[in-house]
Amino acid sequence: MAVLEAAKTTRPPAAPPAAPATGPVWAAHRGAVVAGVVAVWVVLWALLRNRFTLTLDTASTTDLHLRINDIRDSIDAGRNSNPLFLYVFNEIRLVIDALTNTISGLIAQPAFGRPVPLLGWLGVVAVVMFVAWALGNGRVSLLAGAVFVFFGLQGLWTQAMDTLALTLAAVLVSLLIGIPLGVWAGLSDRVNRVLTPVLDFMQTMPTFVYLAPLTLFFLIGPASAVIATLIYAAPPAIRITAHGIRSVAPATVEASVALGSTPRQTLFGVLIPVARRTIVLGINQTIMAALSMVTIAALIDAPGLGQNVLKALQTLDVGTAFNAGLSIVLMAIVLDRVTTAMSERVEVARLMTPQAIARRPYLLGAGAFTTLVCVYLSYTFANYAVFPKPEGSSLGYVGDDVARVADSVTTWTQSNLTFLTQSWKDVSTAWILDPVEHLLVESPWFVVFAVAVVLSMVIGNVRAAVTTAVCLAVVIGTGLWSDTMTTLAAVLVATVLTVLIGVLVGVWMGRSRGADRAIRPVLDAAQVLPSFVYLIPFVALFGATRFTAIVAAVVYSAPIAIKLVADGIRNVSATTVEAALSAGTSTLQMIRKVQLPMAREALVLATNQGLIYVLSMVVVGGLIGAGALGYDVVAGFRQSTYFGKGLAAGLAIVMLGVMLDRVTQAASGRTGGAKKR
Amino acid sequence: MTRIGSPRGARRTARVALVATFALALAACGGAKVGEDTTSSAAPAPGGSGTAAACGTVNIAINPWVGYEADAAVVAELLQSKLGCTVVKKNLDEQVSWQGFGTGEVDVILENWGHEDLKKKYIEEQKVAVEVGPTGREGKIGWFVVPWMAEKYPDITDSANLNKYADLFKTSESGDKGQFLDGDPGFVTIDGPLIKNLGLNFKVIYAGSEAALITSFRQAEKDKKPAIGYFYSPQWFLSEVPLVNVKLPPYTPGCDADPKTVKCDYPVYNLDKIASAKFATSGSPGYDFVKKFQWTNDDQNVVAKYIAVDKMSPEDAAKKWIADNQAKVDAWFTS
Repeated sequence: MAVLEAAKTTRPPAAPPAAPATGPVWAAHRGAVVAGVVAVWVVLWALLRNRFTLTLDTASTTDLHLRINDIRDSIDAGRNSNPLFLYVFNEIRLVIDALTNTISGLIAQPAFGRPVPLLGWLGVVAVVMFVAWALGNGRVSLLAGAVFVFFGLQGLWTQAMDTLALTLAAVLVSLLIGIPLGVWAGLSDRVNRVLTPVLDFMQTMPTFVYLAPLTLFFLIGPASAVIATLIYAAPPAIRITAHGIRSVAPATVEASVALGSTPRQTLFGVLIPVARRTIVLGINQTIMAALSMVTIAALIDAPGLGQNVLKALQTLDVGTAFNAGLSIVLMAIVLDRVTTAMSERVEVARLMTPQAIARRPYLLGAGAFTTLVCVYLSYTFANYAVFPKPEGSSLGYVGDDVARVADSVTTWTQSNLTFLTQSWKDVSTAWILDPVEHLLVESPWFVVFAVAVVLSMVIGNVRAAVTTAVCLAVVIGTGLWSDTMTTLAAVLVATVLTVLIGVLVGVWMGRSRGADRAIRPVLDAAQVLPSFVYLIPFVALFGATRFTAIVAAVVYSAPIAIKLVADGIRNVSATTVEAALSAGTSTLQMIRKVQLPMAREALVLATNQGLIYVLSMVVVGGLIGAGALGYDVVAGFRQSTYFGKGLAAGLAIVMLGVMLDRVTQAASGRTGGAKKR
Repeated sequence: MTRIGSPRGARRTARVALVATFALALAACGGAKVGEDTTSSAAPAPGGSGTAAACGTVNIAINPWVGYEADAAVVAELLQSKLGCTVVKKNLDEQVSWQGFGTGEVDVILENWGHEDLKKKYIEEQKVAVEVGPTGREGKIGWFVVPWMAEKYPDITDSANLNKYADLFKTSESGDKGQFLDGDPGFVTIDGPLIKNLGLNFKVIYAGSEAALITSFRQAEKDKKPAIGYFYSPQWFLSEVPLVNVKLPPYTPGCDADPKTVKCDYPVYNLDKIASAKFATSGSPGYDFVKKFQWTNDDQNVVAKYIAVDKMSPEDAAKKWIADNQAKVDAWFTS
């Protein structure tokens, strides 16, 4: 499952390599130049240590932060007379509320004058299985059916349906907005240029920053939750659709135009059908992104599984949190597999025998009839409406057991492994994290600024250097330079770890189908399991420290790096590998001299994605001891006085994201370009 | 990736589904129909027939800690069973709850810890909320150490002696100073300046969440590792690990006015209730009850323990406490 990966990977490669091969002198000795710059930096750090560091105490705010508070207050005070509220936000809220409540009344909550939703569990299971089968295939249909029944056995049927209803509503609205925008951005370079930074912003601005203000605009209720989800989930749909439209071969379009098609005919007759598979991938990514918002949306009363996770967290009940987290993981896996099967349906259909094609309508009819029977049963009979629960159990048939097992595993780990984890933490902090952090935080700001710009130029290109300069200037403007440097240190260390793990496991998976099959589901789970679930065991193992935050970030970001490296290794052409083999290359030589160099682009991409994913964990890191920007953002959500500071911290995180993304993309553009030349 | 030939699999799927459905349909013939059984759906509120219409809907903000959940569970249960109100619980953080007074979506906050800034904004300036009086309970914020340390080093419970032990508290985060853990970003802390002004060789580390803070204390007590930090009572965790309060110079009114020079303990918070102006003037009997509702730290701890330790649902926990404390409950309803 590719949670978000395509969303981010399909960004158009930032810029054509601006520094040509014949360019600056440093191009030939890039490694030496980087080493030289770092050496100069260390010397300057030693000389000017702890001066001009722009430090701001955790409890303090700047004038800018207070001014943002005032702006918020004046919006808040004027909300009853402001025409924007009266005619725009209220209308949007009404429409989205109605949509969400309808879906929820259908599958999750009592509605339409009934004590239960319209469709009971049996009906939902039947409909899900039928849809998965009709649009996908038999295998995913069985998977979907099994997983949905499992929700009931976990004792989480209603919560799972609440989550599904909210996710469906958010995805629906995301696609309604996202696909047309994506098509537009695919057709017009200018729209694409305008949209890209906006989408970057939407994806990297931490949700905690806008969660509280959202309830001012759209009130506490489904609308706010859906819109919070949408802000994060719509960008993948837009990006991937645009990418799909863009990558239709120009010859196809030219042929269509030559045949006298109008632009409209070309769009609907050629571009969209050809890009269909990619667009479905975009839908898939949007669903995954929406599901990753379940826990955070619960902070503003969004119903569903997120509530169970948060409630369990209050009493440190890891087992119960895990039970709910497992539901989220399973739902993500089902939705992923079903949408993937849907995107492959076209090819499958093409390969069907004539008999199979002839039989299909009858089969579909029979399936539809069965589904209707189930729907009727679940509409009428209480046993099929409400999932039965054994007497005296709080969590259904298997939920208690899942919780108990998860609990004992964590308890065992926490009692027996702390001696190991604590020493890891101490050694890594002292030898890796602290030196990097000292260098970044204790150097004067202008030294770090200059070093960053020069390095961006060397690693990337002139454009990347300009971006870096602008981003860092904005960071200074936020008043949070020092916190940003602390966070940057942790982000860099986490990314290095992510890439290391990515290469180690990725190479293994890329070379062995068996390893791939065994590891991939674990990676899927690590990507969608809400981090709130493993927060407590991690703190127990490592303490509330910066290292804990790094570990959490690596758990979340390593899967994407691993998958990208594995794909890169597998895509190295078979003939190259065979040629090397016949020349008598050993396994290690093969990896080092053939497969890794040829998968270089994938490695750079894995680094880029690793960085972006690590950045999205900064706020979670703030919840478990990382302090700095993550803590600032959380404090801004929790305390009204720190709202402005939280917003500024969110902006600083976005700037770090844009900077690191552009530099690594420029680097990948360069390596890609170099190879072509 | 899907192997071709799925039509056969699909046909089998359909057949299995069909058979299963009929089996289920047969089994269902004796089953109860939706809406038939009286236990699950809106049973009329006992003893509240006359007042049901008058009370209407009460929106209770549920702030994210167990003690609050205990308050809300008991209040909600009584609003429903005694007054026939419809109760809507909204799981919200404190700041968002206060915003809800303005947008009309929150009627009452049952346990408010200070928040002078929000009071000023929503009660004085926007006039959308009113104070409804004390909950009868006292919130105590302070410095705490893990129990095993208090036992082993009896004089550690006075902040004047803390420097003697600072070395014990060193961690990878605090460098050459002792680590002082601060917790939830939702609470106002003066620990940074306090440590500086008392001349203590400690550094504040932000655990970042209540869960991280509690986990740190719990693990430290289990492994007999040193830990000192910011905590508060009432809190269910104190019944699991009775953290020991560290004495700070006593609080005197105004001693914390300037954070730069603060050198004294935190004040005792009289936890209070806040309601929306709309709810307060609605004439709802629900409001009169919320106004009268008061209980002690011990009462709340009992219900919080039912929820946090015994894993009862808030509803069941409330019912159990109400059944055991009829006299207290009756007092809230006699005028």
